[in-house]
Amino acid sequence: MSFLEFVEGPLFYVAATIFVVAALWRLIGIIAMGRRKDISPPKGSATAGFFKGNLRHFFPRGIFTRRTAMHIFGGYAFHLGLFGLLLFAAPHVAFLSNRILFGLSWPALPRWGFIAVAEVAFAGLIILWVRRFSDPVMRMITDWDDRIGTWLTFFVMLSGCFALQESHDSLRAIHMLLVDIWLIYFPFGRLMHTFTFFLSRGNSGATYGRKGMTL
Amino acid sequence: MSTQTKAEIATAKFLEFTDGEVASYFESCVHCGECAQACHFFLSTNDPKYTPTYKLMPMVKTYKREKAPLAKIRKMFGLAPDPVTEEELREWEPLVYDSCTMCGRCTEVCPMGIDIAGTIRKMREGYAAAGLVPEGLQRAEEYVEKTTSPMGVTLKAVEAQIKHQEKETGIPIEIDKKGADYMAMFSSLEIMAYTDTIGAYAKLFKKAGVTWTISSAAYEATNVGVQIGSGPLAKSIVKRVVDAAEELGVKHVIAPECGHAYGAIRWAGPNLIGREFKFEVIHIVELLDKLRREGRIPAGTKDPRKMTLHDPCQLIRRGGLLKEPRRLMDDSCADFVEMKGAGLTNLCCGGGGGVSANPRAAELQKAAFSLKADQLKAIKDLEAVIVPCANCRSVFEDGLDEYELDYEVIGMGELVASTLAE
Repeated sequence: MSFLEFVEGPLFYVAATIFVVAALWRLIGIIAMGRRKDISPPKGSATAGFFKGNLRHFFPRGIFTRRTAMHIFGGYAFHLGLFGLLLFAAPHVAFLSNRILFGLSWPALPRWGFIAVAEVAFAGLIILWVRRFSDPVMRMITDWDDRIGTWLTFFVMLSGCFALQESHDSLRAIHMLLVDIWLIYFPFGRLMHTFTFFLSRGNSGATYGRKGMTL
Repeated sequence: MSTQTKAEIATAKFLEFTDGEVASYFESCVHCGECAQACHFFLSTNDPKYTPTYKLMPMVKTYKREKAPLAKIRKMFGLAPDPVTEEELREWEPLVYDSCTMCGRCTEVCPMGIDIAGTIRKMREGYAAAGLVPEGLQRAEEYVEKTTSPMGVTLKAVEAQIKHQEKETGIPIEIDKKGADYMAMFSSLEIMAYTDTIGAYAKLFKKAGVTWTISSAAYEATNVGVQIGSGPLAKSIVKRVVDAAEELGVKHVIAPECGHAYGAIRWAGPNLIGREFKFEVIHIVELLDKLRREGRIPAGTKDPRKMTLHDPCQLIRRGGLLKEPRRLMDDSCADFVEMKGAGLTNLCCGGGGGVSANPRAAELQKAAFSLKADQLKAIKDLEAVIVPCANCRSVFEDGLDEYELDYEVIGMGELVASTLAE
């Protein structure tokens, strides 16, 4: 078995299993803690608030826009770019289709599209990363978990770009090895916000909704 | 006898108050620091330590070490945070009490929707249990134990103020009237400094044709327990109100123009005593709006002055009473102008959440008010500001004096009463 076959085969399945099991464990663990029962007479719907809260926080409020502009731009650029690459890069579509989704496939980005989306994602990630050490607030609250998550994601993306042509097995193997490490790290660190954000937005939204508060 | 350290007591409370809701907040924070851009303490000082999410660190550490899913695996690899120490708790105490008014503006900017204000309230439970509470709030607690009022206002003083208002308005005000429609409560500041509020109620309720009373056992609405973070104290204060209201058999209890008092009785109250009330809680602004919509307190000549409205955080952002004060303003004021960011994102006055009762935080509060002063100054030819919270009102009066601004500060009840149709 070649190194490439190993990182795309057994190691990938181990990493993916750890990712799924640990992420589910963490999510279920949070939900299983339950929410304190509120017996005050409601003025609105907590359930509606849960969903409204989730939607509302996608859109920044006008008064904060100027002060948070860099973060909004960096955040949206990085996340949209990353999801674009993850789901529509041609090698990813092929990999997901062949290895996980039993042949299910969808149209992939053309090469120029990949490059454009990758540039957006890198620009976003670099903005967020530069802010981590240039902004006094972020510098103070940033910890090792933030740094590991950022660097791992950066290297996964960078190695992915190197591996785009699939002309060298070693480049593809490096990318897959980093993906495996990223998958194993993901559920233990702050990268988990990918899945927990809907709980936090939903919880505050539910509290607000119950009180009949405008979101 | 148990010899638990302060750190052990506090961390035990932190864990007790960390349910799935709080856990979801701790698990979702990505350390983006956006919350700082909404915090009046950070905005007025530029000191990163006032970043709201940073204020939660001892509780976050405790959660990550002891309760978070996968915490054991993290511990195994030496990746769990160290236990929180008393020294650390003491270092954070000013951040938890002096520099957070629990205004909730940070939730509005947070991309994850984290309720930092609500979590600070829970974190204070740990601090209060461990006896790590600022002196000013400790004193307020002592006064409450002696007199039921955080300012030491006695029943005798209340009776004297009521008599004075009866004389002023010519309307009798009954104490402990059984079966009244409404039982009104006041904050100590209203009783001692803004006494006209009592007269305004008398005038408005007479016009509306509703019966009302003031309880000799529960005239005070301020809940210092909620501000300190002491569940047992908060519960005893709520219980006193509930016992008095149910003994009198009133249909409604009116929460006064005081932000935290409203939240304490309306939203926290039933949860604190573990049952629903036999009466309905209504905020005075909500009630005046309701009576106005029913045509029972029709508006007369509007106040001609240029006025703006301050949105007390616990009424508007965290209480849901966004439209009611605006409808009353439109009816009562000929030239009503909104402040920038009015409504959900309005700036806190800087003195809520027990900050104004904490002399150690005076300078910080003053700095935070500078932002409010700037908002007011931005309105050309402003003459008066309506502040439907007695605590905010007091902070406004001090702050306007400090920044040499000459605007009249008026309560909502007084405005509505003074513009009532004959």
